[in-house]
Amino acid sequence: MSNAERTQKIAFFFIFLAAFLIVVPVGLIVAIIIQKGLPAITWQFLTDVPRQGMRAGGIFPAIVGTVYLVIGAIIFALPIGVMAAIYLSEYARDNFLTRMIKLAIVNLAGVPSVVYGLFGLALFVVFFKFGASILSGSLTLGIMILPIIITTSREALESVPHSFREASCSLGASKWQTVRYIILPNSIAGILTGTILGIGRAAGETAPILFTVAAFYLPQLPQSIFDQAMALPYHLYVISTQVPNVDEKIRYGTALVLLALVLFMNLVAIIIRYKFRKQKKW
Amino acid sequence: MRTAKEKFIEKLILFCGLASIFFVVLIFLFLLKEGISVFKTVSPGDFLCGKKWYPISEPAQLGILPLILGSLLVTLGAAVISIPMGVACAIYITELAPAKIKEILKSGIELLAAIPSVVLGFVGMITLVPWIKNIFHLPTGLTALTGAIMLAFMAMPTIVSIAEDALYSVPKSYREGAFALGATHWQVIHRVILPAAASGILEAVMLGLGRVIGETMAVMMITGNAAIMPHSIFQPVRTLTATIAAEMGEAVVGSEHYFALFAIGIVLFVISFAINVTADLFLHRKTK
Amino acid sequence: MVEIVVKELDIWFGAVHALRGVNMEIASKEILSIIGPASSGKTTFLRTLNRLNELDVTFKMKGSVELTGLDIKKIEAEHLRKKVGMVFALPLPLPLSIFDNVAYGPKVHGVKNKQKQQEIVEKALKQAYLWDEVKDRLGTSAFKLSGGQQQRLCIARTLAVEPEVILFDEPCSGLDPISTAKVEEAMLMLKANYTLILVTNNVKQAARVGDKTAFFLSGELIEIDRTDKMFTTPHDKRTDDYIRGKFG
Repeated sequence: MSNAERTQKIAFFFIFLAAFLIVVPVGLIVAIIIQKGLPAITWQFLTDVPRQGMRAGGIFPAIVGTVYLVIGAIIFALPIGVMAAIYLSEYARDNFLTRMIKLAIVNLAGVPSVVYGLFGLALFVVFFKFGASILSGSLTLGIMILPIIITTSREALESVPHSFREASCSLGASKWQTVRYIILPNSIAGILTGTILGIGRAAGETAPILFTVAAFYLPQLPQSIFDQAMALPYHLYVISTQVPNVDEKIRYGTALVLLALVLFMNLVAIIIRYKFRKQKKW
Repeated sequence: MRTAKEKFIEKLILFCGLASIFFVVLIFLFLLKEGISVFKTVSPGDFLCGKKWYPISEPAQLGILPLILGSLLVTLGAAVISIPMGVACAIYITELAPAKIKEILKSGIELLAAIPSVVLGFVGMITLVPWIKNIFHLPTGLTALTGAIMLAFMAMPTIVSIAEDALYSVPKSYREGAFALGATHWQVIHRVILPAAASGILEAVMLGLGRVIGETMAVMMITGNAAIMPHSIFQPVRTLTATIAAEMGEAVVGSEHYFALFAIGIVLFVISFAINVTADLFLHRKTK
Repeated sequence: MVEIVVKELDIWFGAVHALRGVNMEIASKEILSIIGPASSGKTTFLRTLNRLNELDVTFKMKGSVELTGLDIKKIEAEHLRKKVGMVFALPLPLPLSIFDNVAYGPKVHGVKNKQKQQEIVEKALKQAYLWDEVKDRLGTSAFKLSGGQQQRLCIARTLAVEPEVILFDEPCSGLDPISTAKVEEAMLMLKANYTLILVTNNVKQAARVGDKTAFFLSGELIEIDRTDKMFTTPHDKRTDDYIRGKFG
């Protein structure tokens, strides 16, 4: 065996090892959570309020809180995100402003999640006096997922062939009519994928809701958007670090519910993307 | 047929297009508005280089150097682990893996990207923390090393996927030319493909590090949160992000402590801004 | 009667000078064929007439184009494109049903009445010789049609907005000879009611359908004349060479 071949063998071994060491723990993590969390999942666990200082009972208020937050975030981020994507793909010219917008999106995607929390606290909770509430939390999460929605929607819009725009314009349709009747209907699957990924992200984040909405322990359901609420990721954080002597089963169960929720969203996104690719008309 | 309605919609679209810029500026302004007051009581030099962080003692000591070093130590540790492994994994996916394994690897990495950080923190607490404690015979497993390993893991999806794109975009003719000269596959990879993809890989590294520095929940749950000057990687440390997350709940709005936490937010914002602008520059150099 | 007058037209895309000093008059209710080698400016000229070049951000223009006495820059682009329809080189149906492809133009121009839409669609499809082939499946996707049918659908779609001028940008370049013959037949029938401008790579096609023919080379209009004269006694040697197939 020549020297070069021996080097290659060694290098390839380490490369394989690296890939192996990254993927195996992922599988293990998911497997551990499912295995240890599944026994905790009962109808009562999903529909009951936490009891005995969160050491017993269920996680229903946290599930409801997360659902409210996610819905609020999407209501805010979806229209703005899609319209921003339309601007970038259909209206923006190749100039300094466009470059700045793109840079701003990248930066928005890169801002640490806890900084979003600070921002939400300063703007919504303190400045607008919404208090720690579902409204403040939703808006904070909404701004956080904006870059995801813009980026995926823009890709979807730009994947519609340029020739359709020409054909539509040549018939005297205005730019907006072209977008409305031709481009949007043909990129809806991509926009949906982005939205669902955004939902998954919003559902799993903890840091942005720490000071904007999350209640440590709140056995009743929120009554309005100005109420505080529990949320799944924060609840998991609380019962695993702040409350001593919580049964392992409850922690794993909560982790499993959160993980299942987020992975389900991703799975739906993947299925939509796959189906769309198969039935693409052009 | 430009109706008034259409004009209104187009204005709205332009307005939303500018929303990203608006929000970035808004975030910075509000961090500044709340954070700048801290410099009435402590000079920027003392704030950044002070070695003591006792925000609730009387008088408060607001030096964030231990926190900066905590973040740096964890980030450095994560970089040392994640960059070689991430790039190696990207090479494996683009160059070596059979189609089936490639699919499994890619879905695995997508799966990892989707797992919420608090879930990873929870798993880290239960598995990684005791392991580190036992392997190195430490008094506690909540150390900088634990955080670095977990963060390296969390940075993988970013690094692998961007590096993978960079490797894929190396023109086929490069490799064919090298193979034609009789080079082994490994020689082609490290002498031709890696250098050709260098700027894309640098971008991957930058964005991966951005992810690491900004990570909050998992780090807070497994690094022990001791706001002291770190001396070794086997000690508990506290990062910038964890400090904000852990203390903001107790800080009174309008207090010095509150302002100081916002000032830490400014530091984090500036760091992530710098990283993203640099990564963007690599990206633009690549396309040119 | 003169339909279109082009004066001293110059066009650039970025630094590329695509058309140079073109002057032309186009008579109404005639077919004008435009011939010339690749990248001679034929298509650019055509796309100037409905201002479709403006979709390209690097586009710059000097000189004037008048449609029935009106400067086209003073007409709203959407309105101009309603008057000046276009059929593209490759069949380019919109990702809609056959019916909706044809009804799309009328709809965006404000025809909301379903009954009226149906009348327009039927009339346009008949004019494009497509009605009999598709009348039973108007609801299916336009992509299910053959290439030749798709191209005639595009003609029908253009007719449905009742233009005055129809631009054909190498409409038969992707079609087999039988489909080509059908498209040409449709064009000759349409001449009675519309002004037609046909850009073609096929010199024989220009000779078959054009009342007049114009020859472009490197962004310049070399000559324009009655088709029979152009093909028998061209003034310019370059025209002669091109028609005889010496280059291009």
